[in-house]
Amino acid sequence: MHQKSLSELAAGLRAGELTSEALTRHFLDRIERFDGELNSVVTLTAEQALQAAREADQRIAAGDAGPLTGIPFLHKDIFCTDGVRTSCGSRMLDNFEAPYDATVSEKLKQAGAVMLGKTNMDEFAMGSSNETSFYGPVKNPWDRERVPGGSSGGSAAAVAARLAPLATGTDTGGSIRQPAALCGITGLKPTYGRVSRYGMIAFASSLDQGGPLAGSAADAALLLQAMSGFDPRDSTSIDRPVDDYAAGLEQDLDGLVIGLPKEFFDEGLDAEVRAVIEAAIEQYRSLGATIKDISLPNSSLSVPAYYVVAPAECSSNLSRMDGVRFGHRCDDPKDLDDLYTRSRGEGFGAEVKRRIMIGTYALSAGYYDAYYLKAQQVRRLIRDDFVKAFEDVDVIMGPTAPTTAFKLGEKSDDPVTMYLSDIYTIAVNLAGLPGMSIPAGLVNGLPVGLQLIGNYFEEGRLLNVAHRYQQVTDWHTQRPAGYE
Amino acid sequence: MRLQSRGQICYLSRLPENAVETGNMSLDQDTIRRIARLARLGVDEAENATYARSLSDIFAFVEQLNAVDTRGIEPMAHPLDAIQRLRPDVVSEENQRDKFQKIAPRVESGLYLVPRVIE
Repeated sequence: MHQKSLSELAAGLRAGELTSEALTRHFLDRIERFDGELNSVVTLTAEQALQAAREADQRIAAGDAGPLTGIPFLHKDIFCTDGVRTSCGSRMLDNFEAPYDATVSEKLKQAGAVMLGKTNMDEFAMGSSNETSFYGPVKNPWDRERVPGGSSGGSAAAVAARLAPLATGTDTGGSIRQPAALCGITGLKPTYGRVSRYGMIAFASSLDQGGPLAGSAADAALLLQAMSGFDPRDSTSIDRPVDDYAAGLEQDLDGLVIGLPKEFFDEGLDAEVRAVIEAAIEQYRSLGATIKDISLPNSSLSVPAYYVVAPAECSSNLSRMDGVRFGHRCDDPKDLDDLYTRSRGEGFGAEVKRRIMIGTYALSAGYYDAYYLKAQQVRRLIRDDFVKAFEDVDVIMGPTAPTTAFKLGEKSDDPVTMYLSDIYTIAVNLAGLPGMSIPAGLVNGLPVGLQLIGNYFEEGRLLNVAHRYQQVTDWHTQRPAGYE
Repeated sequence: MRLQSRGQICYLSRLPENAVETGNMSLDQDTIRRIARLARLGVDEAENATYARSLSDIFAFVEQLNAVDTRGIEPMAHPLDAIQRLRPDVVSEENQRDKFQKIAPRVESGLYLVPRVIE
């Protein structure tokens, strides 16, 4: 049952061959059985899930079902869920039961999707390995001595092990695409402004976007459809109709022009990963695509620009965690200043503190122009490279990550090396473009992700290009051993 | 600089000149203490050296931005250069004080309790 695609599950539900309640129990059992070793779920909401499943079964019986009605999913613990703990992977919010639903949570509820629980993640989404979580690291189901990537590592590991058919994620510098690549699944970061950020705990507001993690592009299309849309409650949401993603999947790739940026195939790219990516490009050629070499000359500046912009915004966003109205408060504060300082000192982990300090320093008077303004200018140069490239090509392709999954602990003492694991994904966030990762092969038994980057609001095109590849290859159906 | 509550808290608006200048990035432990103070962030004294090292590494890495000529380039605040929308100024939410205060560390009579600020 857990190996079926979303459309197969939905058809089974509609035909009365299975119930959402049975499906929900099946996945809850799998979480029970496998998650002890993976640590991908931080809060299981079994009771609420079964209740939601029964309601979904009634909707289905009444003929009032959409594509996600009755389908179980796991929700990244960064999305507020009314009455359910929303920890963001932090001790600071370990006791935080959100008093309202994020727009994405609300939309998925309305669609009749069944939330099984909340997934583990890097603390406040700051990390590329899921090792910064207050709840301990998530293990990669392909090799439990390795990281699943981050920050949506719990979501990616859970979908890879089929503990849920779908999961939500968020992506500020690669946090959907990089774990999707390292866990061998499909993940998509939409155009900035496509998915509402209301109730999605803010890390870097000008970069954050929510998106789907799934077993295939066709499944991701259905989840993205339900998550997307204009939201007046998010001031950066874009008021523009959402395309019908499922309807566009089958479009022919004849005449598609794919751009390969030479900067994404530099010496930092692992040779075996490169070979997998090149084979995938060849596959696209045989599907009718034309390949064009392009250049994104400023993309090498994306990691340094990001490590000014993102920490600056995070230091501002996380100032709301002060121990006064919600979240962790220290014992016996002697005065208000002591309350702030100790509550924050105890509530935040080392990486979050590091980024708050980077941001505080970069924004302090006298340094603002030298760092933040400079980085925002470089950001425009990076964006303009993409705009120019899209005059000649339809999609841009390359690796999602420079290597396959690395060992737990391997990079945790060296922040700069860790930050470079997002070297191919960050430019996409800085430019606000949609990006995707799909499984394209294995190196020594570990998955490799192919990154697809589209023009603004071309999520549908990306899903179409990914789907056509998945129709002629079977990398997306490969599963880690031991989770049958 | 602003003083508050019997001079206990002073908000530094500018890091002292002897803090590090850009171009030769190395942050010392005093700078780390000052940044942590500005951010109201309790950092163990024992961890200062580690933070000084990693922040120095990160700012040294960020230095490469200085090699780029950005004269005349408009800083990019929104990827689509969108501007803030305005909405009619009407009530759209109900008061949910009790619900919101249920998750607060300490409340009394509808107020959030903090240590005494003014004596």
